[in-house]
Amino acid sequence: MFKYILKRFLEAIPVLLVVTLLTFSMLHIAPGGPFDQEKPLPADIEANLRAYYGLDKPLIEQYFQYLKNLFHGDLGPSFKYPGWTVNEIIANKIPVSIELGIYSLIIALFFGILIGVLAALNQNTFLDYVPMSLAMIGICLPSFVIAPLLILIFAIKLEWFHTSGWNDMSDRVLPSITMAIFYTAYLARLTRGSMLDVLQQDYIRTAKAKGLSPYRITFVHALRNALHPIVSYLGPALAGLISGSFVIETVFNIPGLGQFFVQAAFNRDYTLVLGTVLCYAIAIVVFNLIADIILVWLNPKEKFS
Amino acid sequence: MNIVDQRTLWFQASKKLTRNSLAFIGLIIVTFILLLCFFGPFFIEYSYEEQNLAIAGMAPSRAHWFGTDMLGRDLFSRILYGGRISFMVAFVASLVSLGIGVTYGAISGWAGGTVDRLMMRIVEILYSLPYTIFVILLMVFIGRGLLPLFLAIGAVEWLIMARIVRGQVLFIKNQPYIEASRILGQSKIKIVYKHIIPNIASTIIICITLTIPNAMLLESFISFLGLGVQAPMTSWGDLIKEGSIAMETCPWLIIFPSLFFSLTLFSLNFLGDGLRDALDPRSKRS
Repeated sequence: MFKYILKRFLEAIPVLLVVTLLTFSMLHIAPGGPFDQEKPLPADIEANLRAYYGLDKPLIEQYFQYLKNLFHGDLGPSFKYPGWTVNEIIANKIPVSIELGIYSLIIALFFGILIGVLAALNQNTFLDYVPMSLAMIGICLPSFVIAPLLILIFAIKLEWFHTSGWNDMSDRVLPSITMAIFYTAYLARLTRGSMLDVLQQDYIRTAKAKGLSPYRITFVHALRNALHPIVSYLGPALAGLISGSFVIETVFNIPGLGQFFVQAAFNRDYTLVLGTVLCYAIAIVVFNLIADIILVWLNPKEKFS
Repeated sequence: MNIVDQRTLWFQASKKLTRNSLAFIGLIIVTFILLLCFFGPFFIEYSYEEQNLAIAGMAPSRAHWFGTDMLGRDLFSRILYGGRISFMVAFVASLVSLGIGVTYGAISGWAGGTVDRLMMRIVEILYSLPYTIFVILLMVFIGRGLLPLFLAIGAVEWLIMARIVRGQVLFIKNQPYIEASRILGQSKIKIVYKHIIPNIASTIIICITLTIPNAMLLESFISFLGLGVQAPMTSWGDLIKEGSIAMETCPWLIIFPSLFFSLTLFSLNFLGDGLRDALDPRSKRS
């Protein structure tokens, strides 16, 4: 297994290199630059700025310079936030996104799997339709509807929480729920479907015939085998949760990383885009690796290859 | 077992499907909304773009069933026109997700080893690239309109499907019945399409019913970036987004588009569940 993990980490290097190369090329092919603004800068000032940030050199040279700095752990200065380096911005914002992501993940995993299992055990009954319809509502309502709705009900009408901000623990509740709703619903639907498949397998009948308790059959024999699609989905889901959300951070005024994914691209803040994309790519690679390890662990017949 | 039962899988499936009342109702509602969106606009007197500030932000009335928006446009008409775009987006997303996602994931999982690792690393790379910049590039090189919108949707909507299918195939390919058909000398393609895909059909169907709302909402983001449909044309995602801004003053602007959106997705969902049950060879014969 250690050999497998080592191999995957070695594979991650070309993945990250290709991601930086493609992102770098896309950024430079796209029209516009980091110093465009409504009132254009005087030509010589812009030339000076470009020279200062090394943007006047040939693109290939710029790319290798970026890679060289990257290997020293330096993501470069931000073009749009003068005085900030990309390292500082990410180091400052990512703890908030990770915290929010972890709360949402816990909510989504717990309720998603629980609802899915409950619905599958009671297929085509009241206990199936009601939770699954609620899950479907969670998928139908985008976060830009859920967020203002939750604020309206729980912050303005009931005054249980603040409308926005990220100061005390109670400020974590509404954003975490908003973020978790979609993933909870997604996981619930995946769990229900795959539980239904598994519950009809012969080994479940065998387990029942052996007289095992329903609890043990459901959670040990069935759920273990039903977890496959959920685990496969976990890699992208985790990366999405950890990297934050533009909408949720804007509505709740949370100082997370999510807003920079969109904002940096609009600003053509080359280094910040590359930095955030790298963070996201690392999250994807690491979480997919964890997911693949769990997949092998769930299925003893599968070997690390 | 009589002769009828021995007909093809698809015949049995369609029979089971029509017997499942919830799935059948879902099918009827989706068909109805679809027809309403594509043919309804020919019969209503208001256009989607005609502005009339004198009646801006009016609550539902006999003249305007669903009320009017902030520019005095008839909401009912806008929902029908918006539905056309959203249905097209849903169609493209499902097609790509089924065509590319399932095939890619099945090949990756079935091949295993180096091929699998290479194919999954490619998915990781595609998943990581900055989407906003990608959309801007599409806009620069192809222009605005429906084709680049479909390309933007299609480029990403198969990635999760590929990963989930690959995980399922990895699991199923070691099952005894697959080993048996391999020993019997069946060709790989036949095993994948005859044994593996039908056995993961339920996961695929669920994935599709989850991809469709995702794609419809992604469309409103792409349109916001300037690539997809442009005002005064609209889509359900766009209408919901506009409505969410005026949630307190004009609630009908969010309620009706969300209602159509949710009703369609609920129906598709029940239809999907019905299909899942119908295609399941182990489910009880009724």
